[in-house]
Amino acid sequence: MADFVSSAFVWIPKMYRYDPIDQKIVDERVAQFRDQTRRFLAGTLSEDDFRPLRLQNGLYVQKHAPMLRVAIPYGLLSSRQLRMLAHIARKYDRGYGHFTTRQNIQFNWPTLASVPDILADLATVEMHAIQTSGNCIRNVTSDQFAGVAHDEVVDPRPYAELIRQWSTLHPEFAYLPRKFKIAVSAAAEDRAGTWFHDIGIQIYKSASGEPLLRILVGGGLGRTPILGHELHPGLPLPHLFSYLDATLRVYNRFGRRDNMYKARIKILVKELGVEKFRAEVEAEFAFLKDGPSTLPAAEFERVANHFIDPEYRTLPGVSRKFEQHLIDDRAFSRWVSRSVSGHKRAGYAAVTLSLKTTGSAPGDATDTQLDGVADLADRYSFGEVRVAHEQNLILADVEKDQLYALWQEAKAIGLATPNIGLLTDIIACPGGDFCSLANAKSIPIAQAIQRRVEEKLGDLDYLFDIGDISINISGCMNACGHHHVGHIGILGVDKHGAEFYQVTIGGSQGNDAALGKVIGPSFAQDEMADVIETLIGTYVNLRHEDEQFIDTVHRVGIEPFKAAVYPNGRTQEAKEPADV
Amino acid sequence: MSNHASTLVRLSKSGASVSQEEWSVLTLAQFAEGSLDTHCAAPQKRLLPLTVWLEERDALIADATHPIGVWLDSHEDPAAIAEDLPSLAVVGVNFPSFKDGRGYSTAYLLRQRYGYTGELRALGDVQRDQLFYMKRVGFDAFQLKAGASIEDALTAFNDFTVSYQGSIDQPLPYYRQRLLQRAAGGAE
Ligand code: SF4
Repeated sequence: MADFVSSAFVWIPKMYRYDPIDQKIVDERVAQFRDQTRRFLAGTLSEDDFRPLRLQNGLYVQKHAPMLRVAIPYGLLSSRQLRMLAHIARKYDRGYGHFTTRQNIQFNWPTLASVPDILADLATVEMHAIQTSGNCIRNVTSDQFAGVAHDEVVDPRPYAELIRQWSTLHPEFAYLPRKFKIAVSAAAEDRAGTWFHDIGIQIYKSASGEPLLRILVGGGLGRTPILGHELHPGLPLPHLFSYLDATLRVYNRFGRRDNMYKARIKILVKELGVEKFRAEVEAEFAFLKDGPSTLPAAEFERVANHFIDPEYRTLPGVSRKFEQHLIDDRAFSRWVSRSVSGHKRAGYAAVTLSLKTTGSAPGDATDTQLDGVADLADRYSFGEVRVAHEQNLILADVEKDQLYALWQEAKAIGLATPNIGLLTDIIACPGGDFCSLANAKSIPIAQAIQRRVEEKLGDLDYLFDIGDISINISGCMNACGHHHVGHIGILGVDKHGAEFYQVTIGGSQGNDAALGKVIGPSFAQDEMADVIETLIGTYVNLRHEDEQFIDTVHRVGIEPFKAAVYPNGRTQEAKEPADV
Repeated sequence: MSNHASTLVRLSKSGASVSQEEWSVLTLAQFAEGSLDTHCAAPQKRLLPLTVWLEERDALIADATHPIGVWLDSHEDPAAIAEDLPSLAVVGVNFPSFKDGRGYSTAYLLRQRYGYTGELRALGDVQRDQLFYMKRVGFDAFQLKAGASIEDALTAFNDFTVSYQGSIDQPLPYYRQRLLQRAAGGAE
């Protein structure tokens, strides 16, 4: 394992570090799964019986090979952990990994027999794949700018870590009706998609400064996309786990199990109505409130103390060096305009490294890039890295003085494409190239759009002129690419065995979360780049000054876009086989 | 659910052990077919389905010559027998499939909400890899699915030596145990 240990100075980042108990739980989990895998390979554990067990350890059986999804709790990684991911990509996979829209990483080519060893390697750097799949409480997600965002009310990471611990191997909720996802946000802008989770938690402060938790329930994308409902307007922190236990118990007992498409909590909430659902939860909570699961302040402090600020230097707000580089180097200033975001500390900035280079699959990173980012993190950002839902990586604490040097190094490893938030920063699930649930491929659509932008639409000026826009691609209704909330959403559908794509526009994430509207019949794969080009062209023709794509859609509605994409009022499906 | 006796594992303070099965689990279908009479004086210990119990409970309690057992299916509400628990020697909870996790909440409620202290038995699709969680939520007897390896099953309760959450076997979450240890000056 020596090959992932760098001789460079390694920071101990300010993030949660396992104590002997945390380590023991993860180690025992590895031993348990090793034994389960052994029994499966020996034929004493059946395929059906093994499936839920391997899923709860992140292991899917995909088209070509098993796929292992490794948990990156709330998207936070140390450089040491990142080097381990590089090591795993090299040793057990084909030299790359795929970052997902839920801040996790997937390896597409491990062998089943090697998975216990991978999990053991992960455990040495305080990582695991527990509950990254299966009908259980999944890995908790949060704001990728947690701890550094200037609009933050409190740091959501201690809350997320406590939820990670509470949900890990929870004995009562391992065989839920369906998967269960929790997201935590504690900033003015919701960057965690709390409205679209089974449970969304928004933390704010009461008038007296006490943190309160607004609990949302029953949101989600997938087959039945829906915004969550407010379940509790302001839960005091000590009751968090009693309240979550109550909510999960109601779902575990009464959620539908007869139809997997109706098994998510959102359907239960919808069928009961949120008032009735809340009454059930409150009745359950009444038995648990102030009981043994009440969270003591000392425990919150213990966890919160892991997330203190790194050793920031006192810096001037304006870096003259940085300002000069902005003037001298246009390519640098362009990259800065897309990739660098604000920071709560004067003289610091957060940097997003793009995993959306034309020609690569969105969210993919090679082992060399992973090692490279780990080195950059050690040298520029206190040894810490974050994974964004948009499938990019973030160095959250970079001195402005250092941005120019960082940019040059990031460029050298192919991670400085200046396209964050632009047309080519496409969010895509692995789709039909890897995923056995897919109706259609996602990656070739993303690549076709990126190539079209590069070849036909010309240079960067055009890309910058189009401005902020999100394209989200999912290969099926499971919506791993979050297509419903893309400004342009693309969904793979199956038409009589052929791969087609349905297009929505007007979706958005964050505080103004909204679901996109379908513009009409679906398209064949080779039509998609044209369709996107037409949608963009329509926006460019219609926009008012300074209007972004989504603003124009809000102002004019979807009709002009429809008219442009279906010029003859086409209502039939494109290129449908003649015999159906 | 099969009514022929299969292997029973019992947990006690001294650990897990294999037990001779004395109870037979009777299904609603068997009563419906008329092959069984609730009042038949068969000298055996019987686990009755909830519906039969609710219909006959007064008579059964009145002629209590044998210990009585009742089992709940995964969709059945433990509240239905909350009042009866002192009269019951065994309560069973059926797992029609191990993927149906309702029985974990049923067990928790029987123990925590309704204060049941008798034998709580997991029935149905009960396998080695579910035993640890079943133990945590209060089961103390496990009728293993036919064909299961007993040696394997007996080791399952030790898969984990520590847990984060409180449940029935250990009501205190680890974070409270840790504080108690600290207060007592113990090592972590
Ligand atoms: S959206 Fe569908 S195709 Fe894409 S990764 Fe999820 S399940 Fe697979």
